[in-house]
Amino acid sequence: MANGAAAASSSRAITVTVNDTVYERDVEARKLLIHFIRDDLDLTGSHIGCDTGNCGACSVIVDGVLVKSCMLLAVQADGTAIETVEGLSESGELTPLQQAFSDHHALQCGYCTPGMLMSATALLRVNSDPSEEQIKKALQGNICRCTGYWNIFEAVKAAAGNGA
Amino acid sequence: MSGTTIAPERVEAPQKGWAGQSVPRKEDKRLLQGEGVFVDDIKRHGMGYIFFVRSPYAHAHITSIDVSKAEAVQGVYGTLTGEEVAALTDPFFQLSTPPGAYLKDYALAVGKVRYVGEAVVAVVAETRELARDASELVEVEYEPLAAVVDARRARDGDAPVLHDDSGSNLMWEGVYEWGDLDAAFAEADRVVKISELHFHRFNSTPLETDGALVEYNRGVEQWTIHTNNQFPGFAAIMMGPAMRCGLDKLRFVTQDIGGGFGNKITSHPQLVVCCLLARKLKRAVQWTEWRTDFHMSMSHGNERWFHDTEVAVKEDGTLLGFRTKALDDAGAWLRYEPLGGVIWAQVTPGMYKWRHIRLEFTQVATNKAPCSPNRGYSRMQHLWFTERVIDIVAHELRLDPVEVRKRNYVRTEDMPYETPNGCVYDSGDYAQMLDIALDLIDWNGVDARRAEAESRGKLLGIGIGSMLDSGTNNFGQSRMINPELQFSGNNEVATVKLDIFGEIVVTLGTTPQGQGHETTAAQIVADILQCSPDDVHVRAGHDSYWNSHAGFSGTYASQFAVTGLSAVKGATDMLAAEIKKLASAIFGGAPVEALELADGGVRIKDNPEAFLPFMACGAIINANNAGLPDDLGVTLNCRYVYRPPFQVPDVERKFGNLTLTYAAQIHAAVVEIDPETGHYEIVDYAAVDDCGKRINPQIVEGQVMGATAQAIGAAMHEVFEYDEEGNLLTPNFYDYHVPHALDMPPLRTGSIESPSPFTPLGTKGMGEGGGAGIHAVCAAIQDALRGHGDAIVYDSFNPYQRVWEMLQHPERTRALVEVSTT
Repeated sequence: MANGAAAASSSRAITVTVNDTVYERDVEARKLLIHFIRDDLDLTGSHIGCDTGNCGACSVIVDGVLVKSCMLLAVQADGTAIETVEGLSESGELTPLQQAFSDHHALQCGYCTPGMLMSATALLRVNSDPSEEQIKKALQGNICRCTGYWNIFEAVKAAAGNGA
Repeated sequence: MSGTTIAPERVEAPQKGWAGQSVPRKEDKRLLQGEGVFVDDIKRHGMGYIFFVRSPYAHAHITSIDVSKAEAVQGVYGTLTGEEVAALTDPFFQLSTPPGAYLKDYALAVGKVRYVGEAVVAVVAETRELARDASELVEVEYEPLAAVVDARRARDGDAPVLHDDSGSNLMWEGVYEWGDLDAAFAEADRVVKISELHFHRFNSTPLETDGALVEYNRGVEQWTIHTNNQFPGFAAIMMGPAMRCGLDKLRFVTQDIGGGFGNKITSHPQLVVCCLLARKLKRAVQWTEWRTDFHMSMSHGNERWFHDTEVAVKEDGTLLGFRTKALDDAGAWLRYEPLGGVIWAQVTPGMYKWRHIRLEFTQVATNKAPCSPNRGYSRMQHLWFTERVIDIVAHELRLDPVEVRKRNYVRTEDMPYETPNGCVYDSGDYAQMLDIALDLIDWNGVDARRAEAESRGKLLGIGIGSMLDSGTNNFGQSRMINPELQFSGNNEVATVKLDIFGEIVVTLGTTPQGQGHETTAAQIVADILQCSPDDVHVRAGHDSYWNSHAGFSGTYASQFAVTGLSAVKGATDMLAAEIKKLASAIFGGAPVEALELADGGVRIKDNPEAFLPFMACGAIINANNAGLPDDLGVTLNCRYVYRPPFQVPDVERKFGNLTLTYAAQIHAAVVEIDPETGHYEIVDYAAVDDCGKRINPQIVEGQVMGATAQAIGAAMHEVFEYDEEGNLLTPNFYDYHVPHALDMPPLRTGSIESPSPFTPLGTKGMGEGGGAGIHAVCAAIQDALRGHGDAIVYDSFNPYQRVWEMLQHPERTRALVEVSTT
């Protein structure tokens, strides 16, 4: 059971680099990384769709590794470099992957999209020409309730073809 | 200026217009860059986070509640109990006649809990984590009661009664009968009897759960409710009377909504809790539903049983009529129910010409989460039933399901077709759609494929599923539930204006959840004003301060392409006329007939150099208007309310036009079953859509695909399963398996366009036709089992285990069916 005093005493200072910006924050030891990203850093592009690590809406890349940020405590991310959807494009224009999602109508409500983009980004970094089966496996941890995934597969294929 | 860009390869000849083109969505850029604004993204200084204490019992008296320990925790801002709610509010208005009318439904449980997960106390604290922790310090004493979870037992003499006020678990009942049943059964060669069919409980589980951020302005006694409720008009009429305030005191604001599918219509109880807490605690409060809370408490789709079905059919498969008893499980409260008791009647005969139909509808309460709309609301259940009937009849009479369908379809030449209950099917060509679907799955090659599958030890089956996606409700149908209700017709609002620098600004009353309203609205405006969709700024979301809403505003029930876009068209036509009127005055009285809109302005047709850009028009009216004629009557700010042409239905006969348009989908599925285990796969799938004139075909196809995926999930994996004590066994995405990427079968889509003769743009609302997939999978399984026990598929939910059981014990399902010769 937590109370105010206990919560205060269990917080600690962490330093994370998110999308090339360094943040130093005191954070409760129990706080999930996704809540830290969304509530403390106000980077609300990453979303929450479940309580159980199933949906992947919170997917981010931590030190080059795709993770579900609801399955990590913020304090565990101390010292890491984190990439979120807000950091995909440096120019403000859509990246080839994002453009492919739009071209192929691979998003509807857009709620799963940031996590889906991070999973696809992680895939394309290690496999520039994935098969459909490889795409499906890479996106297996991301739930979309709007599209049925078919257009997402097409978008990732197209982005791979464009050298994304 | 919007960021929309048009990919050059997609642009067709401009003279064809923007409507009909797959214009890339205006919404995409912000959503792809993580810059959408969903409700949980909104923050206010010092806001409190709400967590609900929920019932662990399906049925129990609340004997005491003690919040003192929770409130004593540093950082906890306060609590709200059912007792306070009962003092501060009145019960929600009930749509039902007695006995359902007697329910006393409050925003929190008062005195008793009636399902696991029912909200009992709300706790507010400075962080999400603290609110959740402190909720564990709330002490609630319960006195458990027996629960009823099976609707079939709800009216037994010894069944526990949920609502003492209503006297029993019966909530609503009504008899629907049209035609001459006795004559139909006398004419029949065969009568097929089906003793029981069951449509299971699931919903579309939008990935974003419900939520709100609520602020209270004490000076003007007004709440601002940032929410993802998808039907604020309905929420308002539920909340205002309960909270004893006028509707103008409830300002609803939405922007991006992470999926809705009907499941976000009935969040009004939680919104009332937020409002009361914002006022009580003098601070903004925020509520984001946890996934488990959503599964336990929000908007389950209607579970329905069909008993004692009898079908009158000729030897050749001509369907004459049917009678059945529908038993609908409403769950613990009537939050939108018993409207499901009439919504099904929009599609009474399905796509078929049978004219003699009797349906006794009974709705009961059970100790489960309340049912509310879910994509395909109530029509899906009924059409699953009619499709099951068709396939069981064909199966038992050894007829070809394709031939039976084609023999009985309402034909193109019969349209507009008045159904036995007075609905009018506006247009369509079901036989052509079926042919396209069958081509897409290679129907002609089925025998060879069946043999090939058998050589691998697999049973192959093909099934067809149809769904009529009735859209644009006539709310007068609610009077068939309760003649006292003063609802009828429908409406939607749009405003279109030219701003001071000539910006075209559009405001909608709708609350889109991914349907691309900003894009399609811009396409319609661009065609009328002869500009590009890039030049049209459509405000994102809904705000009841914008004066662009009416009583039925929202996004639900397959209607935007009719109600929303017709409102946009109406407002833009008004604006175009005003622009010409202004130009006429500026051009020294040139007749408006001599003017045309082109190239972002207005000009004289025969003298294109006499050109007034929109920027000049906006500037003149808004900022440089001295000397204009007194009687000009131009504001360049036009509001239009679209009202579909409806009459109040005949309540006595239960007869009338209940929806304006009938989009249709026909799906075909090919499954392969492993007879050793019951495991099956969908190996081929086709979905064919007809929603009249498509404004943006890519968006339409996206809706078809998404609804198909939901249907496949519902048919194979998704169920809200309860144990005998009323515990939900599937309260999260571990146990409630929605389709993942690897679950998706190959899909082919097709379409035809049968424009509606009843709508200004020839459009039909669409998006809810995916239920056809549930029917198709059921039919395909039954087809695969033919000759292997001849089991009848009797449930809409067919996990591998059930298929295995049907293979092991086909006689149990055979006992459900009887064919007699008259």
